[in-house]
Amino acid sequence: MRPLSLQLVSVVTVLVGVLTLAAGLIWLERRLLAFWQERLGPNRVGPAGLLQPVADAIKLLAKEDWVPPFADRPVFVIAPAIVFVTVLMSFAVVPITPGIGVVDLDVGLLFFLAMTGLGAYSAVLAGWASGSKYALLGGLRAAAQLLSYEVFMGLSLMGVVVMAGSFNLRDIVDAQRDLWFIVPQFAGFVVFMVAGLAETHRLPFDMPEAEAELVAGFHAEYSGMKFGMFFVGEYAGIILISSLITVLFLGGWHGPWLPGWLWFFLKTMLFICFFILLRASLARPRNDQLMAYGWKVMLPVALLNLMVTAAVVLAVGD
Amino acid sequence: MRGARAEPFEALPSALTAPGVTPQATADGVPTAWVPAGRIHDTLAQLKRDGYRFLYDLTAIDERMRTHREHPMGDFTVVYHLFDYDRNADVRLKVALCGDRPSLPTLTDVWPMANWYEREVWDMFGVSFEGHPNLYRILMPRGWQGHPLRKDHPARATEMEPFRLPDERQAELQEALRFRPEEWGLQRREDELLFLNVGPHHPGTHGVLRIVLALDGEVIVEAVPEIGFHHRAAEKMGERQTWHTYIPYTDRVDYLGGVMNNLPYCLAVEKLAGIEVPERALVIRVMLCELFRIASHLVWYGTFAQDVGALSPVFYMFTDRERILEIIEAVCGGRLHPSWFRIGGVAADLPEGWDGLVRDFLDYMPKRLRDYDQMVMRNRIFQGRTRGIGQYTLDEAIEWGVTGPGLRACGLEWDWRRRRPYAGYDRFEFDVPTATAGDAYARAEVRVEEIRQSLRIVRQCLEHMPAGEYKSSHPLTTPPRKERTMQDIETLIHHFLTVSWGPVVPAGEALQMVEGTKGNNGYYLVSDGGTHAYRTRIRSMTFPHMQMLPQMARGLMVPDLLAILGSIDFVLADVDR
Repeated sequence: MRPLSLQLVSVVTVLVGVLTLAAGLIWLERRLLAFWQERLGPNRVGPAGLLQPVADAIKLLAKEDWVPPFADRPVFVIAPAIVFVTVLMSFAVVPITPGIGVVDLDVGLLFFLAMTGLGAYSAVLAGWASGSKYALLGGLRAAAQLLSYEVFMGLSLMGVVVMAGSFNLRDIVDAQRDLWFIVPQFAGFVVFMVAGLAETHRLPFDMPEAEAELVAGFHAEYSGMKFGMFFVGEYAGIILISSLITVLFLGGWHGPWLPGWLWFFLKTMLFICFFILLRASLARPRNDQLMAYGWKVMLPVALLNLMVTAAVVLAVGD
Repeated sequence: MRGARAEPFEALPSALTAPGVTPQATADGVPTAWVPAGRIHDTLAQLKRDGYRFLYDLTAIDERMRTHREHPMGDFTVVYHLFDYDRNADVRLKVALCGDRPSLPTLTDVWPMANWYEREVWDMFGVSFEGHPNLYRILMPRGWQGHPLRKDHPARATEMEPFRLPDERQAELQEALRFRPEEWGLQRREDELLFLNVGPHHPGTHGVLRIVLALDGEVIVEAVPEIGFHHRAAEKMGERQTWHTYIPYTDRVDYLGGVMNNLPYCLAVEKLAGIEVPERALVIRVMLCELFRIASHLVWYGTFAQDVGALSPVFYMFTDRERILEIIEAVCGGRLHPSWFRIGGVAADLPEGWDGLVRDFLDYMPKRLRDYDQMVMRNRIFQGRTRGIGQYTLDEAIEWGVTGPGLRACGLEWDWRRRRPYAGYDRFEFDVPTATAGDAYARAEVRVEEIRQSLRIVRQCLEHMPAGEYKSSHPLTTPPRKERTMQDIETLIHHFLTVSWGPVVPAGEALQMVEGTKGNNGYYLVSDGGTHAYRTRIRSMTFPHMQMLPQMARGLMVPDLLAILGSIDFVLADVDR
């Protein structure tokens, strides 16, 4: 057990780091999308538009905190907080360097899976509580999508667990000192990335929002800071998934020459940018196509991966 | 040019040789006959059996203010225009009706597509159709008083009572907008069906369109499109503006088509006036039209991709479109609505350096189109979203009056530029792309290939631009040529009158159909020998396509509806006029 002061420093560092990064991502995503789409993106507020997230935050905070009269008020208010809280809680178990990290849980991976499972309620409850048909359809889609992708998200990680022999994320990182798990666990890596995308409902998995058809889906009725929570929650979710990919498959802080935290940051940013690139380049499948893809392709691949890994570990380990 | 006023009689099909049928000569040479009201339904049904399977248009004319009455006219005339693809032949039937509340038997039992057309005639003229399944107003709000295209209905707000909207009236109008499933043959089953109101404000409807969906889960049981939110009385204004000053209004009908809208209107007026357009003007027109076809298809391409969730293509395509608009701006001064064509030619000659701009664009575009093939058409997700969606057969397409890329996507190689050449299109080499599946993806394939063909036509224009006049020397050319006005008093007076009053176009009627950006666009003009049209009928491209929406959407899912809407490629100003 580390001293309390160090513990607090870790907590504050992670919290501030994640929130700053999430806000910065709003800028990064808009600039990157613009770059890939032959336009400029936000470039007026501050140097290169860097203060755009601040302006956005002020705008959202200054808006009237309004709840539609037809909404189910308590649930409507709680829903955006759920996604925000669960994503931030998940960061507690993410080891950034040997020294930085909030808690060192032996069930770290399970804790993360539990938190994402809880986070799925956010979209479902928001869609239900809004009392609007578009939001309801968005919520329905969110329920179907998140629940089915949850199943093999967990399964895809079991290969890693088998190889590392632990649910503790620090142990998993340490187990990759010689070989990153992306090599032996490539199938698991792909499945987890797809599931992670679905979990954060980013394009091509943004069916719950689906602007062209459902207007804004589950958060159609939200405005002001409650909308802002979904917004920042989504970006924090991207950071979470990217940092978990780093931890689980890319050896976390391991890397030559550079300090560990920088390696962690670079690896995470790589995936964040990749997620943004996906958004710029792909179309949106229909929700039934997505379900079929999940159950018919992803789930068997995840199961197969687990079986093969377990068999190999059994054969080699003895 | 098919301008023969001579022998329309012999061209009449045999079904029209019965006694009581009176032929009429028209400036456009379309075989035209007056049929007694009692026999019209059977005659039309017979003609359909004889091969005239396409109900091209169904409209009406209020004849009560006419001065030239040569034919058995009543107070109202209902006009049916049929077309036969096999023989490339058409026929126009007219029915004279008397009284203030005229009525005809409905044609919906023969052509389901007559449904919306009859509703429009009822809405605009107050001619009712017995046996019509839902004869409600279609373009005007349900609570509207009067029938706008009647001659006694005011054309300007200043001729009407000052507008007031008391609370009760507003409540009434609001109530009229309520969706009543019973009216559309749906049993009200709130416990089983979810009624979802898509629009009039919705990011996927590309404008003010309302579609009420009856959903079972996310499966569409019934879709009821409601149009008219974009109605701007384009036809009524044709009776108010002079022949010349109406041209800018045409630009705004299919607002993505720009000068392509001027073309059928100017050609129809030229038919009435007997104007021959000089070579150079013809080629300038073709070039600008094809540039606008590309621009319109690019907007469709980008927004279609966006409708199925791809965020980026639309930005690329708008960049390309901007390049076209720069050419248009250099030539015309305007961008989206250049109003550049004139009766008898175009407004001015091409500016210096136009060829460089066009050549740059022609060199730039093909590579971009190859990129888009990779980005959109060959994208697996895009294909998964569009293949087999919104499918119809060739027979259904003809039955429902589909024209343009939607028809060619069913395998019929029918392009009006090729089959009924106008404006000198017969001199250009281009292919008519087709596809066979008849689904959203096939329609996309056809349009993408059309962009390439249009580039070919523009290149031919660039390389073979003839020298000469950009405007005819015919006296009715508007505005008339200035050079000789200072030489003799006769020309000066003509010039003065044409500029101050507008040209006086001889009495008669003419239709000009063109292969517009989205289908067959026709302007049917009736002149009573005045300075403005007696009746301007715009046979719009996408009105019938929109009517087909429920047919295409039933049984599919909500996201498919958006893919279908995108694949139809409509402009609501064109649907509603």
